[in-house]
Amino acid sequence: MDKKLQPIVQTLEKDFGAEAREIFGEVEVVLSSENIIAAGQKLRDDFDFALLSTITAVDYFPEESPRFHIVYVFNSLSKNLQLTLRVPVAGENPTIPTLTGVYKNANWRERELWDMFGIKVEGHPDLRRILMPDDWDGHPLRKDYPLGYEEPQFTFNFEEIDLSKPKGEM
Amino acid sequence: MATPYALPEVTLDQIKHLVSQRALDGETVLLNMGPQHPSTHGVLRLLLELDGETIITCVPDVGFLHTGIEKNMESKTYLKAEVMTDRLDYLNTVGNNFAYCLAVEKMINVDVPPRAQAIRVILAELQRIASHLIWLATSSLDVAAMSVFLYAFREREIILDILELVSGQRMMTTYIRPGGLWRDVPVEFDDAVRNVLNTFPKRIDEYEALLTKNPLFLDRTLGIGKMTAEEAIQWGVTGSTLRGSGPDWDLRKKRPYSGYEQYDFEVPTETEGDVYARYLVRIKEMRESLKIIEQALNKLPLGPVRSNDRKIVPPPRSEIGTSMESLIHHFKLWTDGFDVPKGSLYAAVESPRGELGVFIESDGGPKPYRVHWRTPSYNNLEALPDMTEGLLIADLVAIIGSIDIVLGDVDR
Repeated sequence: MDKKLQPIVQTLEKDFGAEAREIFGEVEVVLSSENIIAAGQKLRDDFDFALLSTITAVDYFPEESPRFHIVYVFNSLSKNLQLTLRVPVAGENPTIPTLTGVYKNANWRERELWDMFGIKVEGHPDLRRILMPDDWDGHPLRKDYPLGYEEPQFTFNFEEIDLSKPKGEM
Repeated sequence: MATPYALPEVTLDQIKHLVSQRALDGETVLLNMGPQHPSTHGVLRLLLELDGETIITCVPDVGFLHTGIEKNMESKTYLKAEVMTDRLDYLNTVGNNFAYCLAVEKMINVDVPPRAQAIRVILAELQRIASHLIWLATSSLDVAAMSVFLYAFREREIILDILELVSGQRMMTTYIRPGGLWRDVPVEFDDAVRNVLNTFPKRIDEYEALLTKNPLFLDRTLGIGKMTAEEAIQWGVTGSTLRGSGPDWDLRKKRPYSGYEQYDFEVPTETEGDVYARYLVRIKEMRESLKIIEQALNKLPLGPVRSNDRKIVPPPRSEIGTSMESLIHHFKLWTDGFDVPKGSLYAAVESPRGELGVFIESDGGPKPYRVHWRTPSYNNLEALPDMTEGLLIADLVAIIGSIDIVLGDVDR
């Protein structure tokens, strides 16, 4: 682990009961979802991680608790550091608090989480689908959402093709 | 179920939290711009709330070019999934391969020979110039400078010819592979790149002569679309768009990969943070890229361009005919692929648009369990509403040009 990262990881461990692990030379910190806003705030204000690079998720279906891991990647421009946070979320009615109050650009990434994984983001100012059409069924990046089944839909075969389309649960 | 012709009805209710009260009272006009519009650089739709010609709010709507690349990559082996990476940011195909291969190589812990590393750098920088040329062409066309458009496309073709020379493809090269390159460059490569090095500085002077002090261009760009460094970082903006606002954040310099630390180059920055500042930064970046290419080409090492690890890199054709083991390796690689140790990794490179990151999660098998692309255009576009409010539609067009988005990169 990078020496400069050590105190930061230790603080996260102490304050939020986080768990650090190292993989492929990068540090990952696992913490629970109720702490993510406070942790984000701490990273931004105390440790100068001003740039939230991305938010994404991994679906571990058929495992149920936790089914999802939300992955946050933070970058510090002044210290030239990178840190990954992971937040496990249960499969039933998955919900995370929004980070938009701390990092503005969490907005679109969290909409993507809702769109692609069906993870509800509590307190989000504008939780609509972003990449898929508004009337889309299901959340494509979930592991129980099958790949394929998509045939070109023309007017003459619209209904027939529509029947074979995967239907999500929401 | 909706019939093929019924469009989902959009009511004011659904968008009322996006626009101001004045729009709901009918005082201001809601205008739809795109997704088929020459100035939105692809299929970008913008919902504009206008007071006269002044923009009150601007709401970008993306996803028209969503191709499900992240989902598709999950069903392919690591080698085959790479083909999809070209299609993300179609102006930076080499760079996408580069990011993906660096991440995979880090996970399987394979060494890349120095010659391959240097060729990767040369091609990535050529691609950066080609991408900046498209930006220069289209963004100056947006502010009505037609001749630059034609010049820039003419020069870009020379670079695409080099990509075709090495890979057989003008755009979707898939030339960089995990463990090295597809094959060594042909003998004509050196001359072709030197031709670019010799002619290009003069070409950039020409573009600058047409634009840099052109009063019409200055009128359209100076002080337009201002963004401070703090705002830019808050929005996750990276790349030249961020460097136009001050910070010298360039991953090639800050976290060197593939031997960038050997090359002597500057990271150009401007402090104004307007459209003109971004223009200046990108023009200077093209010159810096030429410097990197020249250094890399001058000390291009000899030797192999692929790792010797037969579990990852397919054996040469000559061996397959004579060695049973090579034949087995070849067969296993193209049917099963190679296994990647369990775990996840986020790795990023500096694409022409900013921090291009790839997050790969492996379950220990031959196919990625999850691939996520942190594409720079996505974040740069998100900052657009902040930059445009209170300006004119004509300024909006200039700003979209200046943040250099590629919709394939936004929508994935």
